[in-house]
Amino acid sequence: MNRLALFIPLALFFGLSLVLLLGLDKDPTELPSALVGEAFPPFNLPSLKDEQNVVTEQDFNGEVVLVNVWATWCFACRIEHPMLNKLSEQGVKIIGLNYKDQRAGALAWLVERGDPYQFNIFDAKGRLGIDLGVYGAPETYLVDADGIIRYRRVGVVDDRVWESEFRAIYEQITGTEQ
Amino acid sequence: MKLAILLLLSVFTFAASTEVIGSPEAIESPEAIERTEAIKGAEVVAFSDESLRPRYQQLLQELRCPKCQNQNLADSNSPISQDLRREIQRMLEEQMTDKQIKDYLKSRYSEFILYRPEVNKNTWLLWGSPVLVVLLGLLILLRHNRKPEPSAENEVPTAGNKVPTASNEVPTAIRGAGATDKEAPTNSSDQQRLAELLGDKENQQ
Repeated sequence: MNRLALFIPLALFFGLSLVLLLGLDKDPTELPSALVGEAFPPFNLPSLKDEQNVVTEQDFNGEVVLVNVWATWCFACRIEHPMLNKLSEQGVKIIGLNYKDQRAGALAWLVERGDPYQFNIFDAKGRLGIDLGVYGAPETYLVDADGIIRYRRVGVVDDRVWESEFRAIYEQITGTEQ
Repeated sequence: MKLAILLLLSVFTFAASTEVIGSPEAIESPEAIERTEAIKGAEVVAFSDESLRPRYQQLLQELRCPKCQNQNLADSNSPISQDLRREIQRMLEEQMTDKQIKDYLKSRYSEFILYRPEVNKNTWLLWGSPVLVVLLGLLILLRHNRKPEPSAENEVPTAGNKVPTASNEVPTAIRGAGATDKEAPTNSSDQQRLAELLGDKENQQ
């Protein structure tokens, strides 16, 4: 019995090692989302293209959309942009949330790189960003026809992410095969 | 349980958490950078009522920056923290309670933002572990302290080694036993055993 007890520290060591080993695969910067399964927060903000035009969450209610948080100061958004163009060509509706950006620069970006967005919400102060729990850009939300957030991705959406994380849910809620 | 492991892990993985292409960037709009430059990290916060200030400071200590994960809102100078500080100030001015403010942020940034997590099924182990460790320590201490008393009787007195015995080749256990012999053996069975051991030794030689 006493001899077995001598192995307790060894067992503890292996237990801890295993836990730490599993932890290596985790991305600590990925936060659990509090908003998945909740309604998209209501907002009332100008659109990017027309300062006078006020857009709200009602403008995309009834449709399955991606809401993409982006800005011209966000480097990873440059990498992501071609993928958004591609998705848009495939018929995915994308709403842009231009986050803490400057209007002129953002408009120039869309001319230069193409405009995959149905329309853009211009959130200069980042208030909608706080309501969404945005802490970095890019972020992408999948919102269903009832205005419920079904999935959230912090970071770039590329082919791999679309296939592995978005596609199944997207097809399920739209009831289509892409 | 999950959270407890996560917290443990975050300490170890922090060193390795470098930014890679494709990971979300820190929020650094030109406007925000300008603002940071202008104030050089020292925000002057004006309250309509000075009694709000201690609560403001307390909240900043207890809330975590969602971007720079090992800093609280008071320490962090990232733009998202600046925004959240402004939001907290606004909510305090609107007479919201501390709990309401925390709930507001929790509903957006998840429980992650609370540096002092609530006790629930994910965190009971985290909260309970100090108590468990203290109890475990006490248990070990009690067991440890009780042990020497019974074992001291069985122990061979060291003084015995100095007492000259018949032969140097006699094993130490027996030499020890020989010493007790000189100090008045306790009972007859001990004496008998001693005789047997010495006898065996002699027979072998």
